[in-house]
Amino acid sequence: MKIHEADARGIFSRYGLPIPPSRMITKADDARAAAEELGCPVVVKAQVLVGGRGKAGGVKLASTSEEAVEKAEAILGIDIKGLIVEKVLVAKAVDIEREFYVGMIFDRGTRRPMMMVSPAGGVDIEEVARTTPEKILKMPVNPDGGLMPFQVRRMASFLSKDGEVAKQIGKALKGLYEAFMGSDASLAEINPLVESPDGVVWAIDAKINLDDNALFRHSDIAAMRDDSAEDRGEADAREADLSFVKLDGKIGCIVNGAGLAMATMDMVKHFGGEPANFLDIGGSSSPEKVLSAMRIILRDENVRSILINIFGGITRCDDVANGLIEAKEKLGLDIPLVVRLTGTNEEKAREILASTGIIGADDMEDAVKKAIEAAG
Amino acid sequence: MSILVDRETKLIVQGITGRDGGFHASQMVAYGTKVVGGVTPGKGGQKTGDGIPVFDSMAEAVTETGANTSVIYVPAAFAADAICEASDAGVKLVVCISEGLPVRDMVKVLPFITERGTRLIGPNSPGIISPGRSKVGIMPGNIHSEGSVGVVSRSGTLTYEIVYHLTRSGFGQSTCIGIGGDPIVGTNLLDTMKFFAEDDETDAVVLIGEIGGNDEELAAELIKNGYPKKVAAFLAGRTAPPGKRMGHAGAIVSGGTGTAAEKAAAFAKVGVEVADTPAQIADIMKRLMA
Repeated sequence: MKIHEADARGIFSRYGLPIPPSRMITKADDARAAAEELGCPVVVKAQVLVGGRGKAGGVKLASTSEEAVEKAEAILGIDIKGLIVEKVLVAKAVDIEREFYVGMIFDRGTRRPMMMVSPAGGVDIEEVARTTPEKILKMPVNPDGGLMPFQVRRMASFLSKDGEVAKQIGKALKGLYEAFMGSDASLAEINPLVESPDGVVWAIDAKINLDDNALFRHSDIAAMRDDSAEDRGEADAREADLSFVKLDGKIGCIVNGAGLAMATMDMVKHFGGEPANFLDIGGSSSPEKVLSAMRIILRDENVRSILINIFGGITRCDDVANGLIEAKEKLGLDIPLVVRLTGTNEEKAREILASTGIIGADDMEDAVKKAIEAAG
Repeated sequence: MSILVDRETKLIVQGITGRDGGFHASQMVAYGTKVVGGVTPGKGGQKTGDGIPVFDSMAEAVTETGANTSVIYVPAAFAADAICEASDAGVKLVVCISEGLPVRDMVKVLPFITERGTRLIGPNSPGIISPGRSKVGIMPGNIHSEGSVGVVSRSGTLTYEIVYHLTRSGFGQSTCIGIGGDPIVGTNLLDTMKFFAEDDETDAVVLIGEIGGNDEELAAELIKNGYPKKVAAFLAGRTAPPGKRMGHAGAIVSGGTGTAAEKAAAFAKVGVEVADTPAQIADIMKRLMA
């Protein structure tokens, strides 16, 4: 789950990170009071859940409170990668001498939490990793012992040779680690962490992605979810406990299992079609889930046929077939439905579906080809 | 020899009185797996419909039955603890079917069980099967057949699909293992490839990868340095958009890395053929084994 910068700032503040004070506003006029209260100059920042806000004109500096209103006016309502800016953050601006990158992830290779720091801050860190990987220091952490003081010293001195600055950076790194572990994040990042001309360290940006599987133990963080940044189908799918990603094609796909769902999309493309979505109904393909899945897919007006690919295994295919007929009737489905069922009682399932207008398929490849043909 | 499970596998089912645990315990017994007990805290002393004794704790279950393996079907919030409990009780192999474990729990579990000499498969794994000998997991037993192809996969139903084609084309399996779709798992592709390399009964390996991470690239590196078995691969997620999680927590292209194209290129470099469709895996096998 992604959260807004303002919420991430709140979490980081609780862990002692040096975050400049800020106010969140939704009306441009309110920028005046915010700027006066914080003291100018201020920076006005669009609050949308996508990266690249700066390049899209969503971050602007203001040296007076009047200017802050103008900048807020200019940013509110703009479209950044398909998201309309409805909220802006007005934050006390900091003079920048140097910019650093500091971040935490779980590393798949070492199977540990890993901190990454770089003196090349304020730019796309993935670009730094590609072009100058020697400018990134990676530090896997043993979660039993936590982040060790020697690791902190090593990373801090990699970023600054100034002892006083390095000490402040070290404190920020400890806070970052605690914030990451404490909130069950999958990513926690400050880009940039800056040093001001007078040698003070500030975290002027904040990004935290949360581990969806851990939200059950963080009700306060779960409440920070912003549905407006999500595709409506994707939000509905989450509610229905389905995994769904919208794409641009004509062939709706309902599949059990994530790997098979991806392979189904790939096969649609391989045989010349375009998938409309990724949708995994999970292990237990209950009739209710099939119904929710169909509802979500049918909302997409581009969809011309629906392909259902179920490798039932020990699931009873006759049950699934009956569920499909029920769903088709309930939804008054008028676009072609192609169904492939493999597993227990699959012959019986084919018999049940034979007289219903639902197109049966012998195997996955057959189903994909029939769905492409039916979509026209 | 198969890898990790065989006729000597003596299994405890953790969460045996739950809906999934109970159902799959019966399925495993029907397949011929030696299910020697189950654990559900607070329900010790009962017996399941199949006559399997239920214990309150793993320590008790292992002492009473001499079990060497456990399989976990408990809710995600309790699964990390169940893994540690099994390891602490002396079980050498733990297969975690439960999905949705927080990653933070996993990174704490791994050092704990490694210290105790326990190997973990999963979480979010369909399990492991050595056809005709032992099935530990949720895969349908009837699609498998005995043979010499090792199958390792990051997926569940996609593995069934491919195994189904292998069996229909006469390629039985030595062992099929689903390592789980999470970013951090106890046993990864590379670990499994090494097990297959040392297994006398495995002549060829089918590797079923997907987008996200660089496990496939590491496997290609292993093959480059001289791998004693023939290998065919399948990769899921060629059409996946970047930045989107495709069902599995670990299946995501982030920062332009972890794409199917990169993985396919890594395999092509070391001469491993990548199938376009699941059915093609059987065709590649025919060529490799000719």
